[in-house]
Amino acid sequence: MSAVIESHEQDHHHGPPKGITRWLFTTNHKDIGTLYLWLSFAMFLIGGAMALVIRAELFAPGMQIVEPEFYNQMLTLHGLIMVFGAVMPAFVGLANWQVPMQVGAPDMALPRMNNLSFWILPFAFIVLLSSLFMEGGAPNFGWTFYAPLSTTYAPPSVTFFIFSIHIMGASSIMGSINVIVTIMNMRAPGMTLMKMPLFVWSWLITAYLLIAVMPVLAGAVTMMLMDIHFGTSFFNAAGGGDPVLFQHIFWFFGHPEVYIMILPAFGITSHIIETFSRKQLFGYTSMVWAMTSIAILSFVVWAHHMFTVGMPLAAELFFMWATMLIAVPTGVKVFNWITTMFKGSISYETPMLFAIAFVVLFTIGGFSGLMLAITPADFQYHDTYFVVAHFHYVLVPGSIFAIMAGVYFWIPKWTGNMYDERLGRLHFWLSFISVNITFFPQHWVGLAGMPRRYPDYALQFADWNMVSTVGAFMFGASQILFLFIVLKTLMGGKKATAEVWESSRGLEWTLESPPPYHTFTTPPKVN
Amino acid sequence: MNNKSKKTIKLLSTVVLGMFVFSFALVPLYNVFCEVTGLNGKIELKATTEKGLENQDGRDISIQFISHNNEEMPWIFKPSEDKIKIKTGKYHTATFYVRNTTSKRMVAQAIPSVAPSNAATHLKKLECFCFEQQELAPGEEALLPVKLLFDNDLPKSIKNIVLSYTIFDVTNYKDAEMSQHQNSIDYQEDHVMETSI
Repeated sequence: MSAVIESHEQDHHHGPPKGITRWLFTTNHKDIGTLYLWLSFAMFLIGGAMALVIRAELFAPGMQIVEPEFYNQMLTLHGLIMVFGAVMPAFVGLANWQVPMQVGAPDMALPRMNNLSFWILPFAFIVLLSSLFMEGGAPNFGWTFYAPLSTTYAPPSVTFFIFSIHIMGASSIMGSINVIVTIMNMRAPGMTLMKMPLFVWSWLITAYLLIAVMPVLAGAVTMMLMDIHFGTSFFNAAGGGDPVLFQHIFWFFGHPEVYIMILPAFGITSHIIETFSRKQLFGYTSMVWAMTSIAILSFVVWAHHMFTVGMPLAAELFFMWATMLIAVPTGVKVFNWITTMFKGSISYETPMLFAIAFVVLFTIGGFSGLMLAITPADFQYHDTYFVVAHFHYVLVPGSIFAIMAGVYFWIPKWTGNMYDERLGRLHFWLSFISVNITFFPQHWVGLAGMPRRYPDYALQFADWNMVSTVGAFMFGASQILFLFIVLKTLMGGKKATAEVWESSRGLEWTLESPPPYHTFTTPPKVN
Repeated sequence: MNNKSKKTIKLLSTVVLGMFVFSFALVPLYNVFCEVTGLNGKIELKATTEKGLENQDGRDISIQFISHNNEEMPWIFKPSEDKIKIKTGKYHTATFYVRNTTSKRMVAQAIPSVAPSNAATHLKKLECFCFEQQELAPGEEALLPVKLLFDNDLPKSIKNIVLSYTIFDVTNYKDAEMSQHQNSIDYQEDHVMETSI
């Protein structure tokens, strides 16, 4: 009997252990969230450095800095690392920190699996990056790894690439199962599905998308592996396979994947805009339905990535219309954010600045997406810099701005310290200006016909490429400022109150800042 | 962990497993879809079994033959006639000339494709060199036949059809498998010898 009481007491005084083992063995959602966010930032810098190699080479026409083969490797790794290493882990990190606190749960449902799903990730990226030092170089076939470029013509390191994709997939799947089980089963009493904060909703939908499509990606790379090593012919026409099949399977994964990278951003933006407009969100229910319909539609639009592959008219029309249909729920969201701000008492702290920039610039990315959805026009735009401009607009000032907005929004809660508002705004304006200098001109060179994925280009594109490169280096440098701001906030600063922001809503703001190591061990009551 | 959570985990794991299986199921689904609809210009690599396709009331169409060599396939491969005029509902035999220009025995596989792709389902073949692999000795040449028919249901808008064959070098596929097999036998023999000594 006394032994039982003793162990109970130990539990009460249980805080984080000291040293490296705290991070290696942690099952705490806050610690794991922090780990994910740091990994993501490290990958963001590595992927960013690769982007700068690309932009430096494109500063002027002709070959100056790198060999074309190395350029291709940079291009491939930049894409893979930014998608799988920077954006996705950042959202998982935010989910780990926020989801349990927002639904009033003590931790994630499966804490040990949570530890596993984080700690296999660094190894995946070590495997992927180590291919740079292998004979034949790193993967060089673009982040979409179309067969037969990634099978018949791939460097030997492709096997390591496949292995790392498998690990990343396993990590994402475990993470998503964790999120769904937490949200479905561990909400505080009284928190019905339609009372959940929108970030939680966005992650619930994202997690379902992840468990539906990550196994398909795993299947695609497994087929590649079999084609390369076991003599099968999934994608090899000589043996009865079809390379076009690869594109179908890849984009069946790939299109939901791009919504995986944007849906949590919708959730974050909704919280920030309602907080700094000091108003309730204009239409909560319509936001939930908009996100759900975007997720469902994402499964039936994949072939718009391959209009030029040779499809019958009926299929081209179907995929064109289905794609354009997505503009409707997306429009619902954008109008929702605008009407939330309408007549609000808006203040422009850093998170709000990033959130407003997100709405404006993501919408620009959405519009160029609509242009690309028009099949006959896509034959002109396909594989040009217009596409590059489009997806960088939705991913950089889209996803990444939303992640940064989320970090500024919640970091006072996480650390107990306010970040330096002056530096935060400086970071915002530097990022906002440089991101547009970098990517806006790419629309023009793309429309003028500059193809993507080449290390060299025709002379008429020289001026705007130079501008683009200058912007890219500015953007890169601004992110060092971001690192500095985060470190400064960790060191100290003005103490944050529990609610942090004047009109913050949600369970996480009822906890002190920083929150205790274990929160909501007794579930809170939701009215 | 409560039972409700366990149930959710089981359900989600099933979804994951199911989607992995589904990704492989996409392969046959895709092929069936292409064959049924004739999308992609894909043609079944086996002889038609349909009877009663032949009749006298066909219309005139022209067929253009195109040949491609995949990658660095060194054989000479070309149609005997570039363009023929035929009637729908009548079998016609066309030939392709092929010669192994190398000093090695080689194996080739030809893959057909039809443009416009909606003509693909109306193409019926009684025999085709693409149904099987072709093995030629060094310097050997051959005339490869294809006996084909376009049925009367061919859409009226189609007057010209391009029939293309790409020839692939599949010698190495066989070699790779055989040498691997050979290696394992060698290894076993060495191993046996070592132990016997």
